[in-house]
Amino acid sequence: MGVADWIGLGQMDELGRMDTPMHRIDARAKACVTVAFIVVVMSFPRYEISALVPFLFYPLVLVSLGRIPGRHIVRKIWVASPFALAVGLFNPFFDRQPYGPLGVAGGWVSFASVLLRFLLTVGAALALVACTGMNRLAAGLGRMGVPRVFVVQLLFLYRYLFVVSDEGGKMLRSVEMRSEKGRPLRFRPYGSLLGTLLLRSMDRAERVYRAMVARGFDGEVRELGRPAIRFEDILFVGVWLAFFIIARVWNLADGLGLLLTGIWA
Amino acid sequence: MSHHIVEVRDLAYAYSDGTEALKGVSFRIGHGEAVALVGANGAGKSTLLMHLNGYLPTARGEVRIGDTTVTRETVALARRAVGMVFQDPDDQLFMPTVAEDVAFGPLNAGLPEDQVERRVASALERVGMAHVRERPPYRLSAGEKRAVAIATVLAMEPDILVMDEPSANLDPRARRRLINLLLSFEHTRIIATHDLDLAVEVCPRVIVLDGGRAVADGPTRELLNDEALMLAHGLERPHILRQM
Repeated sequence: MGVADWIGLGQMDELGRMDTPMHRIDARAKACVTVAFIVVVMSFPRYEISALVPFLFYPLVLVSLGRIPGRHIVRKIWVASPFALAVGLFNPFFDRQPYGPLGVAGGWVSFASVLLRFLLTVGAALALVACTGMNRLAAGLGRMGVPRVFVVQLLFLYRYLFVVSDEGGKMLRSVEMRSEKGRPLRFRPYGSLLGTLLLRSMDRAERVYRAMVARGFDGEVRELGRPAIRFEDILFVGVWLAFFIIARVWNLADGLGLLLTGIWA
Repeated sequence: MSHHIVEVRDLAYAYSDGTEALKGVSFRIGHGEAVALVGANGAGKSTLLMHLNGYLPTARGEVRIGDTTVTRETVALARRAVGMVFQDPDDQLFMPTVAEDVAFGPLNAGLPEDQVERRVASALERVGMAHVRERPPYRLSAGEKRAVAIATVLAMEPDILVMDEPSANLDPRARRRLINLLLSFEHTRIIATHDLDLAVEVCPRVIVLDGGRAVADGPTRELLNDEALMLAHGLERPHILRQM
């Protein structure tokens, strides 16, 4: 599988099928909480760091109770990290106002804040998919009333990742086999390789779609065993939302620090 | 009303780049018949197959499944009646587990859950793949993938089975299993293949396509044994007939 194996796409499917307390929580409940989580994390002011730290709790709970191997999530966050770096990279150059007691340039603080938010939101989203499975998640979103177009987009985006990475892996292999020492260093072949990859992936996507249509696919995602909402699911949503609100209003990290150093009183 | 009959009348189709893939093909295949569709690369086999379940709209001519002409309005019916097994099982298997993949068609047909489950179990049983039901499809061998791909179609209980190169990429043992499986079906079967030995074993009748036309249609053993006919259309006499 090559590239797909490297970023562990297939593993994501397998993780999604495990049976743990976290996997048993309804997809809708987990999706709601994760969206709320992302909104709350994003709502903090740009220089905030310490108040964000307690939010690590949510992805960590998902990962540990869902028995998701940590390195699996870390590797995927790593793959996506260039995007976050690109977003925050210029902050230190443009914002040189000293900030806080240490007098660090504000740009560095906001850069760190961007990275932390990236870690939190991407980590939570990956943990959500790993403890739910993309198909169950998509079906859950559909039942929550998310428009079908979006649900299908999401599902296909995920499905075609396999397709593209598969094609890409095969092409890279053939390049390596026809180069003397591993991959050629020249840049040119990669341009046409990318073009070919696009065309081949489109052809393949067309064939996958054709096979789906042949089996009566009409745009609606259906699944076996539609679980009803249980008490645990409501509890899950309630507890997490309460935690997010508390952690948003009070800075729990500072609070804990004060408590430990005994100045709180 | 029987959906087991396939009738194609004067079917023509040109792709948007101007390639005329079909130039007026006609045939009629009766209930329970097994027919091989042979021809060189580019003869129009795949284009023809894609018309049988209405994936490509009929530009000229007519495709009838049972008593119904395939049109935009009746395409759902055609897809229920015609089960299509594609050339590359990787294109056909896209769900996280084998069982979910086999359930995909019946769920789309809106069947109740217990019935879906029954169909999944019996389709996998039928192709001898009940033991892989919880495995992810991309971890299976080529032979297993092919069998599961057939199960995904069987689960929809079609009247007509259409297959594109079913024996491609199979090792001899998996190919033999496939042949026995195909022989055991009572469906109307249309099999596009370059595996002429398979055609001889499975299909009593053959249609030879060349350049978008059906150039011969008749008993498999007779037509495929005709060396001149075979060579004229980019084919050859199958080994299995040379030994006899």
